[in-house]
Amino acid sequence: MNDFWIILVGALVAGSCSVLGCFLIVRKMTLIGDAISHSVLPGIVLAFLLTGTRDSVPMLVGAAALGLLTVFLIQLFQSSGVQADAAIGIVFTSLFAAGIVLVSLYTQQIDFDLEHVLYGEIAYTPWNTLTIGGIEAGPKAVWIVGSCFILNLILIFVFFKQFKLVSFDPALAAAMGIPVLLFHYVLMSLISMTTVASFDSVGSILVVGMLIIPAATAYLLSDRLSGMIKVSIVVGVLSSVIGYYSATILDASISGCMVGSAASLFCLAFLFSPTHGLVSRLLKRRKSKERYA
Amino acid sequence: MNLLDIMTDPNTRWILLGTMFLGLSSGVIGSFAYLRKQSLLGDTLAHAALPGICIAFMLTGVKSTSFFLIGAALAGLAAVFLISVLTRYSKIKQDAALGIVLSSFFGFGIVMLTQIQQSEYGNQSGLDTFLFGQTASMVMSDVYMMMAVSFILIFTCTLFFKEFKLLSFDPGFAKGMGLPVVFLDYFIMMLIVAAVVIGIQAVGVVLMASLLITPAVSARYWTERLHIMVILSGIFGMLSGVSGTLISTSVNNLPTGPLIVLSATAWFFFSLLFAPKRGVLSSVWRRVSLKKNHSLEQERRKGRYTS
Amino acid sequence: MEQAALKVEDLTIAYHKKPVVEDVSFEVPEGNLIGIIGPNGAGKSTLIKGILELVPKLSGDITIKGATYKSMRKSIGYVPQRESVDWDFPTNALDVVMMGRYGHLGWLKRPGKSEKQKAMECLDKVGMAEYANRQISQLSGGQQQRIFLARALAQEADIYFMDEPFVGVDAATEKAIIQLLMDLKEKGKTVLVVHHDLSTVKEYFDWTMLLNKRLMKIGPTQEVFIPEYLQETYGGRLAILPDTKSGLLLK
Ligand SMILES: Nc1ncnc2c1ncn2[C@@H]1O[C@H](COP(=O)(O)OP(=O)(O)OP(=O)(O)O)[C@@H](O)[C@H]1O
Ligand SMILES: [Mg+2]
Repeated sequence: MNDFWIILVGALVAGSCSVLGCFLIVRKMTLIGDAISHSVLPGIVLAFLLTGTRDSVPMLVGAAALGLLTVFLIQLFQSSGVQADAAIGIVFTSLFAAGIVLVSLYTQQIDFDLEHVLYGEIAYTPWNTLTIGGIEAGPKAVWIVGSCFILNLILIFVFFKQFKLVSFDPALAAAMGIPVLLFHYVLMSLISMTTVASFDSVGSILVVGMLIIPAATAYLLSDRLSGMIKVSIVVGVLSSVIGYYSATILDASISGCMVGSAASLFCLAFLFSPTHGLVSRLLKRRKSKERYA
Repeated sequence: MNLLDIMTDPNTRWILLGTMFLGLSSGVIGSFAYLRKQSLLGDTLAHAALPGICIAFMLTGVKSTSFFLIGAALAGLAAVFLISVLTRYSKIKQDAALGIVLSSFFGFGIVMLTQIQQSEYGNQSGLDTFLFGQTASMVMSDVYMMMAVSFILIFTCTLFFKEFKLLSFDPGFAKGMGLPVVFLDYFIMMLIVAAVVIGIQAVGVVLMASLLITPAVSARYWTERLHIMVILSGIFGMLSGVSGTLISTSVNNLPTGPLIVLSATAWFFFSLLFAPKRGVLSSVWRRVSLKKNHSLEQERRKGRYTS
Repeated sequence: MEQAALKVEDLTIAYHKKPVVEDVSFEVPEGNLIGIIGPNGAGKSTLIKGILELVPKLSGDITIKGATYKSMRKSIGYVPQRESVDWDFPTNALDVVMMGRYGHLGWLKRPGKSEKQKAMECLDKVGMAEYANRQISQLSGGQQQRIFLARALAQEADIYFMDEPFVGVDAATEKAIIQLLMDLKEKGKTVLVVHHDLSTVKEYFDWTMLLNKRLMKIGPTQEVFIPEYLQETYGGRLAILPDTKSGLLLK
């Protein structure tokens, strides 16, 4: 049963991340997930200091607030003329540094395991269960990440045409009266929410990996945005299943192995994708050379 | 401790020297990274160092800084190679390539780390200080190493200034002029690897990116000339290193790495607000006065029209 | 007098210090093909972006058929300069053209059969029907330009803004496109086109706007497109050969 829960949580994280990751890839803002997953640290610490509990609700709220602040600051610096990636870098390193300073200032009061917060392990999720009215309702993580997944799917599905146009041609979208900035912030809020909700249970490396790698794989396999999203979900879920079993064989970090499997699937796509793969393109070129030789 | 104590404490003096050179050299090389839109390369390379360090530990079985540095450097080179392969041979863009390499290398690194923890190598502590950095653990030989690498970095940047400038500005044109663009490309990235490798020990994996980005962006606010920007960026980096170290030694218990980063951020905010021409205050002021002038002029014209 | 299709009053736009478009006021009547002419950096793209509220303006009022810009959004079509989007975006030609319909769909409705049919018609009009399912990165520059045009047609607007639609387009296609624009004009639509090729201005446009930061002249082409005004607009940098060009100009 524990196997099932872990794989399910992994698959849900992979699914919710890869849907959003597709938009990050086409908008060339891939590293924003990495940034958010680091810059929420001071939010978590502050929530902990204020409430004095390790309860996940205040932490989620604190982290989500910092996630939005991150996005806001990045946007602000970018509009004042800083390159996008540099703006991302400045914001997340500063906030993360502030978080570490906070931790060390209050190190006496709190027993704060920095590594756990950042590199949490998916292996423990089955034991942290949710009980509603005395009934065991499965691991908490399943509920939290699962609701994220569903919310992401619904919003992306309902506003697909807006998200697509805003990513492809923001000028036309703005001229048509679509609120470009609003959709930017909605997407970014979904990303902060997903990042925050997932990494408490599975660790930030899995979140960051799943935001980027399955979507990039799908980018090489599909020529349509809608298809790309579907493929990326499949790739994400597949990597969490493969990752789990390779972790049990290797007796190693499950999150790490899930990311590792995603990376291996990406390599396969990079080499053998029928349209964009390196090998298939070389083969095609050789064939046409032979024909005209 | 007051300032005098700090200055006379030999250990602190070494650390101060080390962070100063680190800030200087990463500021200089960071400005080229910024102009080439590769700011987050430092972040990627720092994360990519983890598997390198793990492999170095697994092979040698000892916790030695020099082996770790070699491992980190080799992993960094592998990462650089992969990034350039990904962007060159597929439609994957730079930012995605950085993200892919970052998360896969770090994922594999975590797998190795858990392997090490579970195997007979036993106590792996010392590996994870690399994640968050530990300036206090720097010893004299580390500082010598930093200084040596910094000198090489700055010297090379001065020597190849012209080439780097052209490459950052217009690679296509540089190629047309017969410059070995691919080689120079790798060369700059190798210099960034070097800066990252010496920086990780002081500020850690996550914060290393800051030393390369923040001084460069701050410097960009003050000038439109590349050589001035490079010099300024070095100065900002150096100032951040020095002020971060001083604050952390004078206030008990505060880690040096994050304070260096926060000092760099403070310089950034200073530039963002107060830089002439590009700064926020001056551009707000300009916009307001422009609007005022404009409406004044319109009034005047309307007045003339009616009278 | 009939209502103006587009009325611009006192439009001024600045990016940094100096305004790049200053005190521009004009009116264009409905059913005209209008060429916007001026040297590089004259502010032609900026003028269009300002009218479409894509860049903030220092001052200026835009009225379209007597109503405000915001209320008339659906009846405005826009063809941006081709470099403004990422052609590696995972989508095909038909899909891009369908994007032109989004403005008419409202917030929640999804594009369906009728949109698809409309998009196919527009693709056909620009002669790109056979490329409908082609990934957009695999189209040539001129073909990409035609896709943008088809998308604008799909918008079914009353007034069109096109930023250099003829860049990288071969002569035959250019003629086909201009024919298309003439058809639009016949249907009473107004089309503003940023154009660089002075030799074809007389042939293509009913009206000409000469712009160099300020509005130099606007009006029927035969009145405005004369060497004197052109020299003024281009700051005397224009070499008009007496026999060929001016012959053409004064014809
Ligand atoms: N985003 C921007 N930020 C600052 N200045 C800008 C920006 N875009 C344009 N400019 C400046 O505004 C002026 C007008 O530019 P614009 O693009 O409107 O010219 P154009 O007439 O379309 O030229 P071209 O024929 O080359 O397309 C130029 O001097 C340009 O330098
Ligand atoms: Mg233009």
